Parts: sequence; C-alpha cells; structure tokens
Amino acid sequence: MTPLLSVRNIKKTYGARIGCTDVSFDLFPGEVMGIVGESGSGKSTLLNCLAGHLEADRGQVIFDTRADGPMDTLQMSEPERRMLGRTDWAFVHQHARDGLRMSVSAGGNIGERLMAVGDRHYGNIRERAIDWLGRVEIAENRVDDRPSAFSGGMQQRLQIARNLVTGPRLVFMDEPTGGLDVSVQARLLDLLRGLVREMGLSAIIVTHDLAVVRLLADRLMVMKDGHVVETGLTDQVLDDPQHAYTQLLVSSVLQV
Amino acid sequence: MIKLDNVSKSFTLHNQGSAVIPVMTGASLQVDPGECVGLIGASGAGKSTLMRLIYGNYLAASGQILINGVDVARAQPREILALRRDTLGYVSQFLRVVPRVPTLDVVADPLLVVGTPLEEARDKAATLLSKLNIPQRLWGLSPTTFSGGEQQRVNIARGFAHEYPALLLDEPTASLDARNRETVLELISGAKDRGAAIIGIFHDEAARAAVCDRFVDVSDFSPKAAA
Repeated sequence: MTPLLSVRNIKKTYGARIGCTDVSFDLFPGEVMGIVGESGSGKSTLLNCLAGHLEADRGQVIFDTRADGPMDTLQMSEPERRMLGRTDWAFVHQHARDGLRMSVSAGGNIGERLMAVGDRHYGNIRERAIDWLGRVEIAENRVDDRPSAFSGGMQQRLQIARNLVTGPRLVFMDEPTGGLDVSVQARLLDLLRGLVREMGLSAIIVTHDLAVVRLLADRLMVMKDGHVVETGLTDQVLDDPQHAYTQLLVSSVLQV
Repeated sequence: MIKLDNVSKSFTLHNQGSAVIPVMTGASLQVDPGECVGLIGASGAGKSTLMRLIYGNYLAASGQILINGVDVARAQPREILALRRDTLGYVSQFLRVVPRVPTLDVVADPLLVVGTPLEEARDKAATLLSKLNIPQRLWGLSPTTFSGGEQQRVNIARGFAHEYPALLLDEPTASLDARNRETVLELISGAKDRGAAIIGIFHDEAARAAVCDRFVDVSDFSPKAAA
C-alpha cells in the first residue's frame, strides 16, 4: 500500500533556534496520527510545515495525489499547493476565527470552498451547506447568521464543516478541542470520530491533551525540543511509555 | 493461532532513579483454534501484563508473539491495528468509550469497522445486550453512567460482537451474578465451538473449570523463579 503522506527529514529553524528537526514518518489512508508534546516542543511548527503554511528549511512532504501519484508538495508551485489546500487537504485551526470568514454568513463560509473548486449553482451550494450544518449539529435556521454570532463550540463545528465539505483525504488539526469546555469537547470528539470513519479520512492531530489522542488517534508521535522522542501505537505509548519525557508527560496527567 | 516464544518484559522508570524492574522472562505458550487456556498465578504474577503484551498494549523487550503469523513484538502500528480489527479481540476489565455514544453503538462498533452494514451490526448488538440482561431502555444511553457490573457486561458484549479468531479475556466473569456468569460462559463456549483461540484470566474457580482446557502458571515466567 502506498502511504498517503510520506514525510522525510523535515527541519525548520528560527534563526539559531530549532523549530523541529529530523522528522520522518509515513501516514497511510484512513490513519489518524496524534502529535503530542508540551508548548514549544515544535508540534505546531511541524504541522504548519507539513501543511505548507511555513516553509521548511529542508526535507520532503510527499503526498499521493489523485491525478499524478506521489509528489513532493514542498517542490510544488504555489498555485498547485493552494489547489491541494482547497481540495484534498483541510486545515482545522485551533481558533475558529483563523479558519473562518467572520463577516460572511455560515452558509457562505461552507459555500466558499465549494465555489473554489468550481461549483456555481446557488441552489446546490446552499443545499450542501445546509446538509453540512446538520452534520455538525448546527440548526438550519442559522445558515444566514454570521459566525461572529455563534458560540465558540459552534464556530469550531462550522470550521470543520467548511473544511470537510469538499471531501478532503487528509485533514490537519491544530488543537481542535483547545479552549472548549469539556461537554462541547466530548461532542466535537464524537463528531470528528464519526466523520473520520464515514469519510475514511486520514488526519494529523496536534494537541497537548492526552485524553483527546487516546480517543481519536491510532498512532502517536511524542515531541520534545523539536525532536521526535517516541512513536508507536497510541495505547502502547500511553500505557507503556519508553522515553523519559513520555513517562513524565503521562504521569503528569491529573486524575479526575 | 497464538504462539509466544521466550517473551520477556521489563519496565524502566526514568524519572524514579532509572529503576529497571524486570517483570517477565522466558514466557512461552501456544493456543490452538478452539482451545481455551487459563492463566493462573497469584496477584502480581503478571497475568494481565502477559495479556497486554499479546495485545500489543505493552512493548515486549525480547521474544516473539505470533498471532495468525504477525509478530506483535515487532509489527508496525498499522499491522497491529489491522490485527486488532480483524483477528484479535480483548475484553479488559475496564470500559473505555467516547462520551455521549449510545450503548448500542458502542457494542456495534467492532462490527462496523470490519464493514458490517449498520442494521445488521445493530441487530447483533441488540441480541448480545438482551442476552446479557442490559435493559432495553438503557441502550440509547452512554454506558459511562452505568454501574460497574453493567459496564462490564457492555464490555463483554462489545468483545463478542465481532467473531474474532483469537480472544483475550481479562476476568470476564468477575463481579457478575450467577445468571450473567452463565451467559458469559455460554458465549465463551460458543466462541470455542466456532474455532476461536482463547486466553483467559478467571479468578472464579467454577468458571475456570467450566471453559478452560488447560492452564499456564504465569509465576513460571517471573524473573525470580528463573534466577
């Protein structure tokens, strides 16, 4: 089986400081990988390098494109990469405001991505927008409201709908449940799990919340100071951590 | 079906003076299809550790753990995931679920991931839940609020939903009343009849005698005994 994403020796420095270095892994279709680590461990830097939001100093991010097979996305032209970002890739930001247009209606936010891939029929676009609002549990009568009138949890669900409407194959998520209260978190996790399964999505989820990765991720990568210190099956890494830092991380979780 | 060869395991506690705690050495055993092997040994002898090693939940230090030809001690995460999805079931002592998911869907889940149609999966889940005496009015609720015994029965139903060729059962009959224990023993016998290879831990002697074909004493694998 061809990996959907092959990452080789990604390195990113900020001047003399290391953002992340020597990161390599393969992600297969349908797999969900979690990246955990404390603040400043380089996990968000890595995610942004993979998604093309930051330019990596070196390395390869090879994506198995629908049309041409495996291609290094870091060598692609900007328009090609933007096209990928609108079709096969999706990026869910920690703060929904970064991923939404706050002055455009909820339906418009979802419809924009459809129009970007060539959909022009107003009725179809609106119908699909309403369908997706339903899937992320936002009432149909909110379709013409702006996201600024939504709660934080609703904004996050709208961002997910906007991202998934074009049927991407790979979703990058940066702390998707960060800043939400626990009842909203549970709902969002359940929603994400269902969507991942139904659509056969692959996903890379960056989070510092170990409970989130236990529920969502098949595999785990633990980062510290820009380096990957441990990888493996999620439950194995959490229940039988091998590296000193992972042991510290796991044993530091507060019991409820 | 399940074959362990010279498996050892130790824990290194880096943050507690790098203490190395050897917990198992030279563990070897084999389970054939249709056979149920009971693990025995005092508390702390390593029965659950051995099960977690077989499930890939703990990383073996050395040795081979072959399940249907896949060496769990060396396999890639996705190979172990595929094994767990299709071949190897595990009923642990604890139920771990996504909050908010109804009991019926929790039980149907292992069937859905192997591609069973939704209706069929839910029917099978309903049959198992009724067998295990979980009242129908609870099926639409999340099991997180259930009593300990109810959660355990949900866990068992989930473990038996898909017909895994290999099963690991960690105290499936603990804290169950006589009627439910009978049902669980019937499920185990049924699984044996269809050819599943089973490793079980049973503290209840009667249950042990009823389903186990032979026993493996885990204390034989403890490092002290070897020294």
